[in-house]
Amino acid sequence: MSPFATLLVRDIRLAARSGGGAALALSFFALVATLVPLGVGADLHLLSRVAGGVLWVAAVLAALLSLDRLFQGDFEDGSLELIALSPLPLELTALAKIAAHWLSTGLPLTLLSPLLALLFNLPGPATATLFVSLLIGTPAVSAVGAIGASLTLSLKRGGLILPLIILPLLAPAVIFGAGAVALTLDGPMGIEGAGGALELLAAFAFGAVLLSPFAAAASVRLNLSN
Amino acid sequence: MIISLNAEKLGCTRGERTLFSALNFRVQAGQALAVEGANGAGKTSLLRLIAGFLAPAAGRIVVKTDGRENDDAEERGKSVGWLGHQDGLKPQLTVAEQLDFYACLYGHSADGSVLEQVGLARQADLPCRYLSAGQRRRLALARLLVSKRPLWLLDEPFAALDTSGQALVAHLMARHCGNGGIIIAATHEPLGLGNESLKL
Repeated sequence: MSPFATLLVRDIRLAARSGGGAALALSFFALVATLVPLGVGADLHLLSRVAGGVLWVAAVLAALLSLDRLFQGDFEDGSLELIALSPLPLELTALAKIAAHWLSTGLPLTLLSPLLALLFNLPGPATATLFVSLLIGTPAVSAVGAIGASLTLSLKRGGLILPLIILPLLAPAVIFGAGAVALTLDGPMGIEGAGGALELLAAFAFGAVLLSPFAAAASVRLNLSN
Repeated sequence: MIISLNAEKLGCTRGERTLFSALNFRVQAGQALAVEGANGAGKTSLLRLIAGFLAPAAGRIVVKTDGRENDDAEERGKSVGWLGHQDGLKPQLTVAEQLDFYACLYGHSADGSVLEQVGLARQADLPCRYLSAGQRRRLALARLLVSKRPLWLLDEPFAALDTSGQALVAHLMARHCGNGGIIIAATHEPLGLGNESLKL
């Protein structure tokens, strides 16, 4: 196995075994999505209107739960130094960690979203758009989150500051993602009608996944030199 | 293959404090250097400087390989085998998984015989959370071996080990030097390698 794949597999294995990964994020996502219809009431029209926004925000918050440990665990037990000395460049290390985080939280959240959309009375085409927008957008959440995680890795309670750093940066993803669902809901063309918003979301995600490993690697280097 | 490692007028400051300045030393292939000094004298900082985690406040570190000199920290880091204060072990992974991870990460295939060398063969399938401090240290040593790096930087290599563990460390260090490797160790105890020592 290549060093990249080795790190990826190990991080997924750690997420699966520590109980802080997929299961926690999925339960959080499901609980928030269940509470909102209970709070808003049984206005089916209203629920389907807010579904895109609520599910997107819930997905971002659920992904945040495990983001603060992305580098912190390895920093605290000395693994990060050993990884930094390995042949794998820190940029690829960050990319492997982003990929592992997405595979253990973003992807399961996306797969669960059509089921939760039922609670919001979201029509089929809009549910399809929601699914596609989460599939495209959640990698951006993991990528932008990695920047925040690398900045706060040496802070004991870094998890508290992390949302303040990355939530504003994730506003475009939420706007385009929820916007795409709303466009599908309003338009007569189904998922086709959301094309523009989905393209902007894809562009944002592409840029985030491409650039954030560099920012995260620079920040990890800075933290290792303390 | 590394021929020698030279520190030239090396200086290190942490915060406002100067830990050492104008430090010169030279370690050749097959040699070991013991770094001694009181707590807080800068032993660990020196190791972190050599590994490339810290940038020197003054001076430089030059690694001579066949016909070539290089003082680039990133490149030097690729020949470093690191044994720090912390063992870098995950409680959720088993001993064998942990070792395989580091072997593959450093670009080598997994090697089960290393666990026998450090006396952990029977614990291969045990999650690391059940290991004692000494056993964790032995696993860290195994990890150092599978990284197959020529320049060993060891921070308190004898810490937490029983007498047989300490003998094991001495044996592994002697073998590493015999194979032409370099060892720089921060320690309070003699390495027993007929090595030079550096007082900080």
